[in-house]
Amino acid sequence: MTYLNIFLSEIYKIFFLLLPVLVSVSLIVWLDRKVWAYVQKRKGPNVVGPFGLFQTVADALKYIFKEIIIPASANKVIFILAPIITLTLSLIAWAVIPFSNEMVLANINVGILYLFAVSSLSVYGIIMAGWASNSKYPFLGAIRSAAQMISYEVSIGIIIVNVLLCVGSLNLNKIVLAQENVWFIFPLFPVFIIYFISALAETNRPPFDLPEAESELVAGYQTEYSGMMYAMFWLGEYANILLLCALGSILFLGGWLSPIDIFPFNTLPGVFWMIFKIIFLFILFSLVKAIVPRYRFDQLMKLGWKIFLPFSLFWVVLTASFLFFLDMLPTNG
Amino acid sequence: MTLSRILKTIFMTDFIAGLTIAIKEIFKTKKTINYPFEKGKISPRFRGEHALRRYPNGEERCIACKLCEAVCPAQAITIESSLRKDGSRKTTRYDIDMLKCIYCGLCEESCPVDAIVQGPNFEFAKETREELYYNKDKLLENGDKWETALSENIKAYSAFR
Repeated sequence: MTYLNIFLSEIYKIFFLLLPVLVSVSLIVWLDRKVWAYVQKRKGPNVVGPFGLFQTVADALKYIFKEIIIPASANKVIFILAPIITLTLSLIAWAVIPFSNEMVLANINVGILYLFAVSSLSVYGIIMAGWASNSKYPFLGAIRSAAQMISYEVSIGIIIVNVLLCVGSLNLNKIVLAQENVWFIFPLFPVFIIYFISALAETNRPPFDLPEAESELVAGYQTEYSGMMYAMFWLGEYANILLLCALGSILFLGGWLSPIDIFPFNTLPGVFWMIFKIIFLFILFSLVKAIVPRYRFDQLMKLGWKIFLPFSLFWVVLTASFLFFLDMLPTNG
Repeated sequence: MTLSRILKTIFMTDFIAGLTIAIKEIFKTKKTINYPFEKGKISPRFRGEHALRRYPNGEERCIACKLCEAVCPAQAITIESSLRKDGSRKTTRYDIDMLKCIYCGLCEESCPVDAIVQGPNFEFAKETREELYYNKDKLLENGDKWETALSENIKAYSAFR
């Protein structure tokens, strides 16, 4: 009976984490389109619901009622599994994201390692989609995407090491609490910039949207997908973007801490600040989408391996020696 | 690469300049018009859907001179005429194939009595081809429907003809 109780309470908690995440994904798609439109002096979606807020819901409904086409030469099992894996992986990562000191589904000690492992796995969804489609555009798109995600995961990993050196813990809540005095964006500003650009590459956003480069690859690994399966890729992609925004705000912008510790700000709940920071980072993401042209593939690889990797490695050495010689290494463990 | 170029790349000055422009653009007035609810401005000389006009007493203007039929480069107009009992020549058939029409406005220009005109209406898309073979009744009906706008438009640009 106690097991059942634990099980039910966990299901309840998971439900109340996933529902807001999915709803905010739909709102964030709207925000993305709106920002993009506003930069181009358009109005963006404004017909369905107030300010067009329900546009994404309408789109999702359309996808649900569309036919799912499975190509005759596709590997059916893997073809169907691919979008499921993409969506699931981008949602399970949310388990460790702290929205306030208590509001975290799984406050595990190796939170950031878990997050990193899950986001590395998400490349499998893309490779499977590209392989199972048995068609040239998805295949090329998947190869590009896999290469890109693996390259930039390396630099994100080393960037995270920078932050971990300053914190001395892999627990996401402890990372946030370590920023009570000063957010890591200030001492580690260049690292934050590299994190931001790597996050763009990691989520296949412009200027690194080579896997979906429509002028060359139709829609990359999503080409053969239709209906709800396409929508799952699309949800997974945006959930992933949100996840990296959340990770960015935890690592560099002080997570759920309020920016200044004075009266009207510090009474607001941590959830508010967390969401505020995620939205701030996301608006930056969409602004970048609106202004940059697409990179060439060799430029992308050069940036990842020849510039970001050495630079972030150098910065790890710099941070480590700075902390060591000034005797500021964290001791809490 | 020159030193200044390298410094520009490192400090991402081009990117930041682009970002500031983007942020400025966000607060500017938008160019979009909410189409079905508000429409763009069109000139009085706009060449839209055809209409056959009448005199204020209800008599058709068209005198079946067939100038429009002759001038039509797409040969979209077909006219048949006969004498009426009062001795005036009137059309018995006035068909325009709206699918052949190229909306050049030559019929309107050639008409000596301002009978055939192209009005400001551009929203007459239909689902079948048959609906776009306009006959005399349809054209006269259009004329009655749009008369106010048509006469205003003709007045507005009559000085330039």
